[in-house]
Amino acid sequence: MAATNDPFQFQEFEEAANMLEIHRDATTISIEDDGPEPQKQRNAAGFSPDADNDDPHDADDTAELLSGQKKNAPFWTFEYYQKFFDIETHHVKERIFGSMMPWPGKNFIHVYLRRNPDLYGPFWICITFVFAIAISGNISNFLVHSGRPNYRYTPEFRKVTIAATAIFSYAWLLPLALWGLLLWRNNKVMNLVSYSFMEIVCVYGYSLSIYVPAVVLWILPFEWLRWCSVVVALCLSGSVLVMTFWPAVRDDHPKVIIAIMSGIVLLNILLAIGCKTYFFSTPEESHPDDSSPANEAIKAPS
Amino acid sequence: DHKSHKKRRNSEPFAGLSDVSISEDIPVEGDISVPVGSSRRDDELSTLDEPVKETILRDLRAVGNKFVHVLYPKRSSALLRDWDLWGPLLLCVTLALLLQGGAADSDDQGGPQFAEVFVIIWFGSIIITLNSKLLGGTISFFQSLCVLGYCIMPLTVAMAVCRLVLLGGTGMVSFAVRLAVVTASFGWSTFASTAFLTDSQPPNRKALVVYPVFLFYFVIGWMVLTFSPSQ
Repeated sequence: MAATNDPFQFQEFEEAANMLEIHRDATTISIEDDGPEPQKQRNAAGFSPDADNDDPHDADDTAELLSGQKKNAPFWTFEYYQKFFDIETHHVKERIFGSMMPWPGKNFIHVYLRRNPDLYGPFWICITFVFAIAISGNISNFLVHSGRPNYRYTPEFRKVTIAATAIFSYAWLLPLALWGLLLWRNNKVMNLVSYSFMEIVCVYGYSLSIYVPAVVLWILPFEWLRWCSVVVALCLSGSVLVMTFWPAVRDDHPKVIIAIMSGIVLLNILLAIGCKTYFFSTPEESHPDDSSPANEAIKAPS
Repeated sequence: DHKSHKKRRNSEPFAGLSDVSISEDIPVEGDISVPVGSSRRDDELSTLDEPVKETILRDLRAVGNKFVHVLYPKRSSALLRDWDLWGPLLLCVTLALLLQGGAADSDDQGGPQFAEVFVIIWFGSIIITLNSKLLGGTISFFQSLCVLGYCIMPLTVAMAVCRLVLLGGTGMVSFAVRLAVVTASFGWSTFASTAFLTDSQPPNRKALVVYPVFLFYFVIGWMVLTFSPSQ
């Protein structure tokens, strides 16, 4: 294993040289945190044809050795959270694209996070999603109702709070529950793979990134377009989640596997369908004798 | 000999390190460029006796000076060094007041409440500041709040213009004019604040810092654009 993954191979020097150009800091950081990473990410995205296909487990070993050198600050200090923002623009871009284009066999956590989960992506993707839903829902309501005489345009700001509550619970409370569940199962059945809480939050956060363009697409008042994009977004984000959590539960009892996987998929579906029906009204649902958009919102989920 | 010492200190910043033993020769005031505002240090001892009007006018002049710096965002340190939060507070209250009186008399979904605007602006600024500090920015907390608050000024001006345009009608033409004005001022706000904020970030993270600022002014611009008067 060590012979084929010799850290002093020619490609590694190229990576390190590139990293030295980009980083202002000393070489130690580039070798520790970014040495195996860009190679892994380029392999996953298929960008560099001449990189050798390293076994993910090899890089796991080196990453594990090197990740022990991260500072362990207590969780109430600023420095503790700073280590979750230790990423660069291209990392975020790669993670977002990786979550939009899942590939069978490529576990998001292993391939993209590389033991460096970040809080930047999940947080800002959730906030973008909240505002995208509120604004797109507003625009689409306006487009749908604008012909009617009784319609008075209102920017529905209360919906922002509702959207924020729903999305942040999905992206932060659900990973907490899932992490607890996996921890509990880990005690009962010895799993080879276990994820930290931050990594699960990261996967959930990045898996929401496909919904942002889908939600913008929902502005157009064509039902077939909306349902198509719902299905596509569901498949992509659901498959990212399923492929990530499959290695963590596959050694378990079959009933537990089915329960956990179907729970993940169902809640994802619930989020997508719920967002669509609550924030976006369809042309057929809006009755001409209703004068207030508030009634539309209440009628729509039924 | 004195002058050549000083000249050497000018050209080689670390030359002084080798001259530790003769530190008495190097004057403390040296060649640090002293900006005009430093005379305030002397004034502070005696500001207790000056008339109240002068105190208020001095702060107002500082705030006005920063407004001018937002209008012409060139690299200057006035916003960063002499930060204050009066300007942002003034702008926030003005914007929140201008956003009142919308289609919200009986329907609470009409427009943002006064408190909502406040919360969005101040919490948004705090979150963006925390974000840029977590990403390793060297700007201080209040300096960043100051910059973000002052750069709301173009959007406040746009809100005033929108209200004037709405007095003339709410048709397509008025919407097109408002859209153009809000887009221009949103771009101006984002450009002005990133001109101040991205200097303190490492180059490979600039986009990560700029995006939340873009989102922040986009949401405020959206609130300005969708303001509809009560009928």
